[in-house]
Amino acid sequence: MTITLTHFSAAVVFAIFASIVFGITQRNTPREMVRYGLYCFAMFVGGVIVAGWAMWLIRR
Amino acid sequence: MANPTADKTKAADTKPEVAPVTTMSVVAPAIAWLIPGAGHLIQKRWGRGALLMGSIVIMFLLGLAMQGHIYKPNGGDILDMLGFVGNLGAGGLYILSRANDWGVGAIAHATADYGTKYLIVAGLLNFIAVADAYHIAIGKKP
Repeated sequence: MTITLTHFSAAVVFAIFASIVFGITQRNTPREMVRYGLYCFAMFVGGVIVAGWAMWLIRR
Repeated sequence: MANPTADKTKAADTKPEVAPVTTMSVVAPAIAWLIPGAGHLIQKRWGRGALLMGSIVIMFLLGLAMQGHIYKPNGGDILDMLGFVGNLGAGGLYILSRANDWGVGAIAHATADYGTKYLIVAGLLNFIAVADAYHIAIGKKP
């Protein structure tokens, strides 16, 4: 079986799984884990969007 | 003149705490490396263990499905060696992949390169999960 993801979807899927692991391992209480996981996910996806726009500006 | 009793107390205060070696503190990291998430499951952290297992295993399988590359120990190149260290973190998944010759194809397109990164990061995330299982086992984390 072969899967072909776009650059953005690959980055989002990566962000989801990495954020889950970061949230669970880096915080002590369930509430903090969820908050930190969401924070990491936002940072990952936000970073992708910012980097994407930066590359678009450089290309112009 | 120095007070020997006070000095002893001071020395005892500054001495770093050594974690007790228990069966669980040895078994949990070992099983966590071999089967991602299992180190949490054997310590009855069901939810955390299932989430870690799901995240790491799915990420690894997606990496394989995206035709990512599995590194071998004798790659020769320093980056290949680092890739091997990352892959090795996945434990049983890495052993299974090597045994079945999965992930041996050359990287032919951009998403295959993403697949390779997925495989490496799955292993690195498992290293973090192993450390977390150990911290739970020694009582440093609830």
